Amino acid sequence: MLRSEQKPFEEILRYLEGEDKVFIVGCDGCAQASQTGGLPQVLEMKERLEGEGKTVSGYSVVDFLCQKALVASRLRPLEDTIMESDSLLVLCCGIGIQTAAAMVKKPVHPGCNTINLGGSRGEWRGSERCMECGDCLLEYTGGICPLTVCSKGLRNGPCGGASNGKCEVSPEKPCGWELIYARLKETGRLDVLKTFIPPKDWNKMRPRPEMLSTSMWALEQMDESREEGTV
Amino acid sequence: MALKEALDGGKFAVTTEVGPLKGTDISEIMELAEILNGKVDGVNVTDQQSAVMRLGSLATCSILVEKGMDPVFQMTCRDRNRIALQSDLLSASVLGIKNVLVISGDYPTLGDHIDAKDVYDLDSEQLIWTINRMNEGYDLAGNELQGKTDLFVGAVVKPVSDTDESFELQLTMMEKKISVGARFFQTQAVYDVEAFEKFMKQAAQFKVPVLAGVIPLKSAGMARYMNKNVSGVFLPEHMIDDMAKAKDKAATGLEIAAQLMRDLKDLSQGVHIMAIGWEKKVPDILSLANLA
Repeated sequence: MLRSEQKPFEEILRYLEGEDKVFIVGCDGCAQASQTGGLPQVLEMKERLEGEGKTVSGYSVVDFLCQKALVASRLRPLEDTIMESDSLLVLCCGIGIQTAAAMVKKPVHPGCNTINLGGSRGEWRGSERCMECGDCLLEYTGGICPLTVCSKGLRNGPCGGASNGKCEVSPEKPCGWELIYARLKETGRLDVLKTFIPPKDWNKMRPRPEMLSTSMWALEQMDESREEGTV
Repeated sequence: MALKEALDGGKFAVTTEVGPLKGTDISEIMELAEILNGKVDGVNVTDQQSAVMRLGSLATCSILVEKGMDPVFQMTCRDRNRIALQSDLLSASVLGIKNVLVISGDYPTLGDHIDAKDVYDLDSEQLIWTINRMNEGYDLAGNELQGKTDLFVGAVVKPVSDTDESFELQLTMMEKKISVGARFFQTQAVYDVEAFEKFMKQAAQFKVPVLAGVIPLKSAGMARYMNKNVSGVFLPEHMIDDMAKAKDKAATGLEIAAQLMRDLKDLSQGVHIMAIGWEKKVPDILSLANLA
């Protein structure tokens, strides 16, 4: 899941300067859960924009705006309205905004900022975070990731900034390396701390080309048929 | 005497530090160079201390070299990636700088450019390791250097901690830093000599010189502030009381610093004085401590 928050209304108005008709797109997935792009927020945005003298030509809340097949099936019936509009305002995460921009040949304005979850992955989230660094160090750190648990992402050990077990960056945050130390001590593995972790190959953290595409059959079919229409 | 020679020769070494200002005015640095020249074995130049943007450590160290001094080039891992770090190490060598002190660096949000991107491409241990590779004639990518560096590498350690985990971790990190090439250590300011002694009993096994940190107190308020806010600084209550009661705060602060240095003389291989605005008084502190 991605978390989002709506951009300040003044910023959205700046994006819409010189435009009259705007079509609003929301998302019933994460943006609905974040209360930034579900139906109530789309209707609220419609009212606020109309209050500023804009014409809202229409709106649509797609189940999952990240899913191109769903986006196409929802927006195609509205194609005429969309193409008559000056632009689209999308209330969703960065993925949904990019999907809409890729699917519709109209200017697309982002209505939300996507919030960094610090590498939150997995279906049932706890406090553990993974940056997908491509070169897992958990063997040496008691199963606690130093890249995500330490504010500076230090690989070999702590800096000197902690006070009372708290991080210098934020007093609410525990020093990640003290957590790692406690875990290693508890499991009798303090010796692994002496292992020198050499400089990291950050290339491994970049997504591989094949990870940047998808093999979903529905998407491929949609991509093929896309040339025919405008949405 | 130069720092490395002092430590190698078993002399009780004295170093201090200067912090460049924000701007191009170097008159204060020039004045301090005059005052400190010949009085100490090495002068650290801080690297964007507290994450506040200032004149660079490299340029300032170069000025000190020209003055015939032996600067210690402080380098944080916060602002430069491995390409810039290695390049600056080559530059330092060419400019006649002989010592480098490696630190992680305060996080940008503690400084005056809180929206800056932090780097930490290398961490302290990796930077120490990198410098030693460069001393052997190779860069991090394995390329041979045309002219290798010959840098004396120091690191930092926090001798007094508030948690057992932190204390034990600091010793482990010290050992790890030595294993990748740290040749001397500077510590956070020490006020609790007994606690420092406890640390040195453990650290002595590593047989690497330790310069104990000394910060002269200016007021009871400063003492209380550091006690509360500065990681690894622990002041005994009686010291804060002495400062509060003192009529001449400056004299009392200098005397406490001198007494600490006399006490530390038997425990460490030297002292590192962080005068924080009182750099001009360093020769006086040394006289008081019988180290001049």
